[in-house]
Amino acid sequence: MDGPEQVRARLEATGYLVDDGLAVACFLALRLGWPLFCEGDAGVGKTALASALAEALDAPLIRLQCHEGIDASQALYDWDFPRQLLHLRAAEAAGVTDSDLLEGQLYDRRFLIARPLLRALETQPSVLLVDEIDRADDEFEAFLLELLSEYSVTVPELGTLRAEVPPVVVLTSNRTREVHDALKRRCLYHWFDHPDFARELAIVRRRLPQVSARLAEQVTALVQALRAQDLLKPPGVAETIDWAEALDTLGAGEVSAELAVATLGSVLKYREDAERARGLDFAAVLATRGA
Amino acid sequence: MAGVTGVFAADAALLGFARALRAAGVDASAERVHAFLCAVDVLRPGLRADVYWAGRLTLCGDRDDLERYERVFASCFGGGEPAGHAVPAAPAPRLRLLVGDAGAEGRTRARGERDAPPAPSLASSTEVLRHRDFAGLDAVEREQVRRLLAALALRGAVRRSARRRPARRGEVDPHRTVRELLRRGGEPALPRRHARTNRPRRVVLLVDVSGSMAPYADALLRFTHAAAHTRGTEVFTIGTRLTRVTREMSHRDPDLAMTAVAAAVPDWRGGTRLGELLRAFLDRWGQRGMARGAIVVVLSDGWERGDPELLAAQMRRLHRLAHRVIWTNPRKARPGYAPLAAGMAAALPSVDAFVEGHSLAALERLAAVVRGADDA
Repeated sequence: MDGPEQVRARLEATGYLVDDGLAVACFLALRLGWPLFCEGDAGVGKTALASALAEALDAPLIRLQCHEGIDASQALYDWDFPRQLLHLRAAEAAGVTDSDLLEGQLYDRRFLIARPLLRALETQPSVLLVDEIDRADDEFEAFLLELLSEYSVTVPELGTLRAEVPPVVVLTSNRTREVHDALKRRCLYHWFDHPDFARELAIVRRRLPQVSARLAEQVTALVQALRAQDLLKPPGVAETIDWAEALDTLGAGEVSAELAVATLGSVLKYREDAERARGLDFAAVLATRGA
Repeated sequence: MAGVTGVFAADAALLGFARALRAAGVDASAERVHAFLCAVDVLRPGLRADVYWAGRLTLCGDRDDLERYERVFASCFGGGEPAGHAVPAAPAPRLRLLVGDAGAEGRTRARGERDAPPAPSLASSTEVLRHRDFAGLDAVEREQVRRLLAALALRGAVRRSARRRPARRGEVDPHRTVRELLRRGGEPALPRRHARTNRPRRVVLLVDVSGSMAPYADALLRFTHAAAHTRGTEVFTIGTRLTRVTREMSHRDPDLAMTAVAAAVPDWRGGTRLGELLRAFLDRWGQRGMARGAIVVVLSDGWERGDPELLAAQMRRLHRLAHRVIWTNPRKARPGYAPLAAGMAAALPSVDAFVEGHSLAALERLAAVVRGADDA
């Protein structure tokens, strides 16, 4: 791809709308082979970006969900012990006595289970999504740092496995803790903001083509108004889409204030938020966008 | 990768921009600047928007950097279209090695000397010092307390982690068992076991640096510094605004750390809006996970300028998120103290432990409470 505009066009063809900054970010990530570090509120499209990239590049998406205590054997590779044992027994039954040969066979590539990171290195091309890196411990970050700088893995029994074409790497973080600078320094950093009305409407229309234009517009306006309220968890784009879909499922061609209140549960997930939202004048918001 | 190519003048402008960013407090290290130049190189360097995004993507590493970036970019490359959100008035330039000692402590010291009772100086003063109120210490004693504080470490109570480590009892560890079997050529061997490990919980410290806390702020921040050296500890200051100082606290040398903190905190000795700032903390950090299952320590006297009802609501919220909420009030030790300050009274129902924080001994006890000792 020659420039950010082309990246944008390819991504938009998959239904993922990007703004200028993200287009440049994706272009640089692809051209220079740097990982893309995505931060922002939940539901603004960080994870969706990785699947859109995978679709745009026609490459498989390999996802590693991070959690506390994740380690190399869950993220990188593991030996298939039961099969190794079985092989050992079978060899014994067949009367193989050459122990060196047997040992060599045991650590064959076919007994190696590739976990997401190794799979991403071995699949070319591929998009690797390291989701919620902030949930892993910092030891894991250091490990990832090494992998991302070399794009190679050393399995002691097998030797070094290297990616000929490095995968496109997308890391996401919800900022529950500070990710180490050393890791961030090797990445492009992109902060996801909530989209403005026009962009959000375009996203909803693109994702839910079956929803009427009027409903999409009203829902977007309501969500934007909710975001301006003082909520514990302001709704993200994902919630906007959920809400529009929910209302559409109910067969609503447009939203009334009562219907909005009745379906608020698909957008707001805290009791306090729902209470606060009741103070919002839904009818007024709908009136400004309704005509 | 193409390094520094093209017109020198253009690169000089980019480097000057990077330097200005560094001066504004963005951590634009050489590695990042190199990435910036590479990025500009593959983009269209003539285009203002491309330079803007290339820099933002490569030189910034944090949301807090973005605001500074906007400002510096506008001043280096001219106004143009307003890039995104409005930028608040520029904060005062960072002061280095000036503010810390002379400023923050100088003030407290002056107050301390005035309040100090005429105590006879003792030769072996450590034991006495341990129980003395920080507000009434003179300069020499303060120095001594600092040294003692440096030895304090804060580790959260333990919780079970997802990690496992070899143990005598527990579940069978297939890795090591099979390895053992292989070593014996497939002959039966004793199963190896592993068990889950314990990890300390994250500790989050919220230090009040408002005017009413002035006699204690220095000692408490130094305590916090000693405490912050445990991994996973997070430190915020609260006053008129919320400032995250975890990074500033990471200097090993306490004096350097204090200087960095002094430079980063814009609201020394202002008023306190505990409720609002607690909400800011919870919205931006706590709810996303920093306070989840953590031990949150609030170091404040509970003087609230704002609405106590808001503080009560936010404390309830914090209490639901955190494993334990500990409130340390240096004024609690005063004879006849009762939690009458509106904020304190509002917060208390959502507090698991309410401890003193006026002296070294009190802070040692605080450390014990954080570690899980049950003496509230």
